[in-house]
Amino acid sequence: MSHPQAAAEFLKDQAKAKWHDETLWFVRDKRDRISKTIPEWEDLRNLASEIKDHTLSRLDFYLEEFEKNALKNGIQVHWAKDAEEHNRIVLGILQKKDCKAIVKSKSILTEECHLNPYLEKNGVEVVDTDLGERIVQFLHQPPSHIVLPAIHLKKGEISELFHEKLHTEKGNEDPTYLTQAARIHLREKFLQARVAITGVNFGVAETGEFVVCTNEGNADMGVHLAHVHIACMGIEKLIPRRSDLGVFLRLLARSATGQPVTNYNSHFRSPSPGKEIHVILVDNGRTAQLAREKFRNSLKCIRCGACMNTCPIYRRSGGYSYGSTVPGPIGSILSPGLDMKKHSTLPFASTLCGSCSDVCPVKINIHEQLYEWRQEITKTHGELGKSLSMKVASGIFKSPLAYKISGSLMRSALKNLPKSLIYHPINSWGKGRNLPETPELSFKEWYKRNRS
Amino acid sequence: MNPSTPHIGLFIPCYVDQFYPNVAIATLELLEKLGCKVSYPLEQTCCGQPMANAGYERDTVGTSRHFLEVFGGFDYIVAPSGSCVLHVKEHFPPIPSMEKTQSEVHNRIFELTEFVTDILKINRMEGTFPHRVGYHASCHGQRGLRLASSSEMHISPFNKAKKLLENLEGLEWVELSRTDECCGFGGTFSVTEEALSIQMGKDRLEDHQEKQVEILTGGDMSCIMHLQGIASRQGSPMKFMHVAEILNQAIQ
Repeated sequence: MSHPQAAAEFLKDQAKAKWHDETLWFVRDKRDRISKTIPEWEDLRNLASEIKDHTLSRLDFYLEEFEKNALKNGIQVHWAKDAEEHNRIVLGILQKKDCKAIVKSKSILTEECHLNPYLEKNGVEVVDTDLGERIVQFLHQPPSHIVLPAIHLKKGEISELFHEKLHTEKGNEDPTYLTQAARIHLREKFLQARVAITGVNFGVAETGEFVVCTNEGNADMGVHLAHVHIACMGIEKLIPRRSDLGVFLRLLARSATGQPVTNYNSHFRSPSPGKEIHVILVDNGRTAQLAREKFRNSLKCIRCGACMNTCPIYRRSGGYSYGSTVPGPIGSILSPGLDMKKHSTLPFASTLCGSCSDVCPVKINIHEQLYEWRQEITKTHGELGKSLSMKVASGIFKSPLAYKISGSLMRSALKNLPKSLIYHPINSWGKGRNLPETPELSFKEWYKRNRS
Repeated sequence: MNPSTPHIGLFIPCYVDQFYPNVAIATLELLEKLGCKVSYPLEQTCCGQPMANAGYERDTVGTSRHFLEVFGGFDYIVAPSGSCVLHVKEHFPPIPSMEKTQSEVHNRIFELTEFVTDILKINRMEGTFPHRVGYHASCHGQRGLRLASSSEMHISPFNKAKKLLENLEGLEWVELSRTDECCGFGGTFSVTEEALSIQMGKDRLEDHQEKQVEILTGGDMSCIMHLQGIASRQGSPMKFMHVAEILNQAIQ
């Protein structure tokens, strides 16, 4: 389904669409307010942007630095060129440990690699331990938002789901009660799992450590109880020094949810005696994106989700309308690099309002990249009709006479055609909007009569 | 008029020329009242924005060259549209053999309120406009040309249009719940993503309607055409004016 079709579907339930918009606006508003309590907010954004630019410009160096230091710390480092190789590496570790059940804390990368279905196909039970992730996992849905994976669901829906899956009281929608039920359910899974998988928010090249940020502490719970910790990390997650971390941690939580700091920022440096830590460094299209000059800096993203919360399109069309692992504005500039044909409508799902770029804590010029992707997509996937009418329009505007003739033809057509034809259903403008009234004279005609 | 007075080329976006001649007339008269020497070059057409935003910037070399030829000789170029000015500045493809003109045009083209406040250095307008006014910030003007501070950023608040409007006698400036949310016009977006475009427009209008705005104004007629189209379909009594129309009417 193209984005316009999916968005139109989403908007059919007007009350829910409004609720979705207001819920995410609430998060954005919270982010606005807390960011304004930090006098150096814009300096932090600049700094974060520059650190990331620098890191990306020497990514090969920092990756090797990270590997060298991680190895020194006793971490086992793996390299995966794509999703398939990543999944194979994870399965290989599990098989070696004869492990049939794992717990996982939110990792968008494993979503990107479709790790869950792969492991399930190979007889491994996967339990997502982030509450929102567990909810969408029960529903066999992907997350609809990278920070708030079940934001598209109302508490009534969750109550019903938990009644079915966890046997909670029917109709009890109390969030504390439902969360408690999830905790009891997850506790059991934590205790059973011998391998825990997490994502990585930041890899520190200088120390070979990595940092995982969660609000629920579920990553820590999983990792500390398990014997083996597998951390899946996109190669763009690096920062050079531990001292750079403060810049990012201050920006991340405030941008994501409007909190001053994420509840758990856990540093993993070396395995406890008798335990193992594996880091899988995943490319999966990132090197290709790095090579695209205009789109390179999309790799600066720290996955805070602020561009989704601020996006007037995302708020009114929902995460699923994008049909990509990372939805919203940032997803619309990352996804075409992975599969341009599949995601060809995404860069057009924007008014280029620029709010995403202004909200971005690492200053990715998201809306400008949306514009640039449009230029790329029309080269290979331009619909002929659109292309042709644009060429005609371009021809008209190149010539003053052609412009004048077409302009006055248009005005007289609008004046004289019956309303039923102007507002015909195939005319998308007129479906929900009237056209402006047509004046007697264009400005040009008025000017000739009155000024020259 | 002093012969050294800078000569302004009036750039009127194509849809304003065709549908909103009164906005163009108000812009011209306002600049004249403020002592400017203004000419409207008759050969001008469209800046090419609809094509470029649809992904065909490469097909706009002809229109861009034409624009540079028409406006290259002026001291300043002024338009009652943030969106079209932004396009000329940011999205003209490089035009071979016109590099110098292109860079001059880039530096000399201004949106109307920006020109009045930054170049003419007028910070307040004396006049009367006894109405309750809601302001719609066009995104291209606000975040593209930085005609106003955006709510996402932590910078000192400013708004060039507000600066010109707020001292008019009787004018009640209405604060909105969402000060700078997009209206959903977005050029071809308005037809390719019709359902979303309409929803965004309705939501934007509702913010103004809830606060009993009498006249909705803004610096870009494209947003206003879209909002007005929805309001008119709803049978809403709200009135719509470009900032140039308010200023020109208020200062007489």
